[in-house]
Amino acid sequence: MDIVILGLPMMYYIAMVAKVLVAFVFVLLTVAYATYAERKIIGHMQVRLGPMRTGWHGLLQPIADGVKLFFKEEIVPAQASTFAFLIAPLIALIPAFITFAVIPFGGVIEVAGYKIPLQIASYVDVASGKVFDLNVGVLYILAMSSLGVYGIVLAGWASNSKYSLLGGLRASAQMISYELAAGLAIVAVFMLSGTLSMNEIVRLQSGFGGFDWYAFKQPLAFIMFFICSIAEINRTPFDLPEAETELVSGFCTEYSSMKYAMFFMAEYANMITVCAITTTLFLGGWNGPLATTIPLLGPVYFVAKVYFLIFFCMWLRATVPRYRYDQLMHIGWKVFIPLGLLNIVVTGIWNFIIQ
Amino acid sequence: MINPIKTFVPIIQGLQITFAHLFKKPVTLQYPDERPKVAARFRGLHALNVSHDKAKCVACYLCPTVCPAKCITVEAGEDANHDKFAAVYEIDMLRCIFCGYCVEACPVDAIRMTGEFELANYSRKDFVYSKERLLEKK
Repeated sequence: MDIVILGLPMMYYIAMVAKVLVAFVFVLLTVAYATYAERKIIGHMQVRLGPMRTGWHGLLQPIADGVKLFFKEEIVPAQASTFAFLIAPLIALIPAFITFAVIPFGGVIEVAGYKIPLQIASYVDVASGKVFDLNVGVLYILAMSSLGVYGIVLAGWASNSKYSLLGGLRASAQMISYELAAGLAIVAVFMLSGTLSMNEIVRLQSGFGGFDWYAFKQPLAFIMFFICSIAEINRTPFDLPEAETELVSGFCTEYSSMKYAMFFMAEYANMITVCAITTTLFLGGWNGPLATTIPLLGPVYFVAKVYFLIFFCMWLRATVPRYRYDQLMHIGWKVFIPLGLLNIVVTGIWNFIIQ
Repeated sequence: MINPIKTFVPIIQGLQITFAHLFKKPVTLQYPDERPKVAARFRGLHALNVSHDKAKCVACYLCPTVCPAKCITVEAGEDANHDKFAAVYEIDMLRCIFCGYCVEACPVDAIRMTGEFELANYSRKDFVYSKERLLEKK
């Protein structure tokens, strides 16, 4: 393994490809089985059974759904703007997946004498022994989550249908207003951490045996960020862009077959990403008891925390009915943004007093 | 201004309820595999009662008279002993509303209702149950 390409050892490239594959397959499988888990969990919460007939207790249901969607007819509406109509699901799907590049899902592991940090966009500098990752990781995440809006707006516009257009408009208004509040909630975390690098933020939460979480230091920011994230990815109780009662299916009314499946995947991938970001920023990332001494425990803690948050999203969906549009805007602009600003001021004063 | 207690307490109470439901036994009946327990007085498909290897019906016409859906057709006949009997007895299941008035009206207890409820068929004429088909249901 002495081959050097562009100043980096061969092992770097192998590790990079392996990490990308593992993370991608993990997200894809979680997306597939999140749909199953959601149907099962909500079913049991409504004292039903959920899918039962494909495989043992319906375990093959996601595969059956995928095959069914794959063989459905591709329909492009006659008056639709074809190019934008075809490209919109991809624009929605890709940002949901590439956000995972900066999320650390474990500590540094050593394979064949080469140190690999378990975060896609990072590497260990052999000379200094330091972990380098994208030092504006959170900004990158915010940028990618804003890109996701374009897919939905394009889908709404290109479909040339009034339902889709209204769904797209609602989605853009909602995502932009909640992104502000989510951004303000994260600012409070930066004020504590003093860095935008996800790796550093996780490292700073490793005290108290892995329980020095920002969720305890910034409970308001934690709750605000999580609620705003749910609103930003258009999940119940904030799923107004696809409110069946008034908009048929919102922005994806005219979509069928794999293109519809892509929107569906994007929705669930976004949910996983948002839960992973919340875990990293507020719940200590992969930190936990003994995570620093046994490196393989890191990913286990990370996945457990992410799955718990995903379960919470589903739990919330089974409980809370959809908000009215004026209520949604009221919560976003008149409650969360002032609260976020207040939180920043209080954190600033607190930091000043401590220093 | 939003009152945080009034906003969050109901949501938390709701979350408690849904979480408690998660551990309840589901009420779903896995229908084709599991059969429902039909109640004793369930009003399903009709059956003509039999006595001495003959239908009890004496063709008195009380059931088609009382039937609110007018779905029963009876034609009387006379047998070798000069007794009246139903030569034709048909019930159109597409019109029947399963009210059970025919059973109540019958003076000789010749008709009853069974627990049979799977009455789907492929053509309209198959829904007209003749005397033979009604007798088959024991």
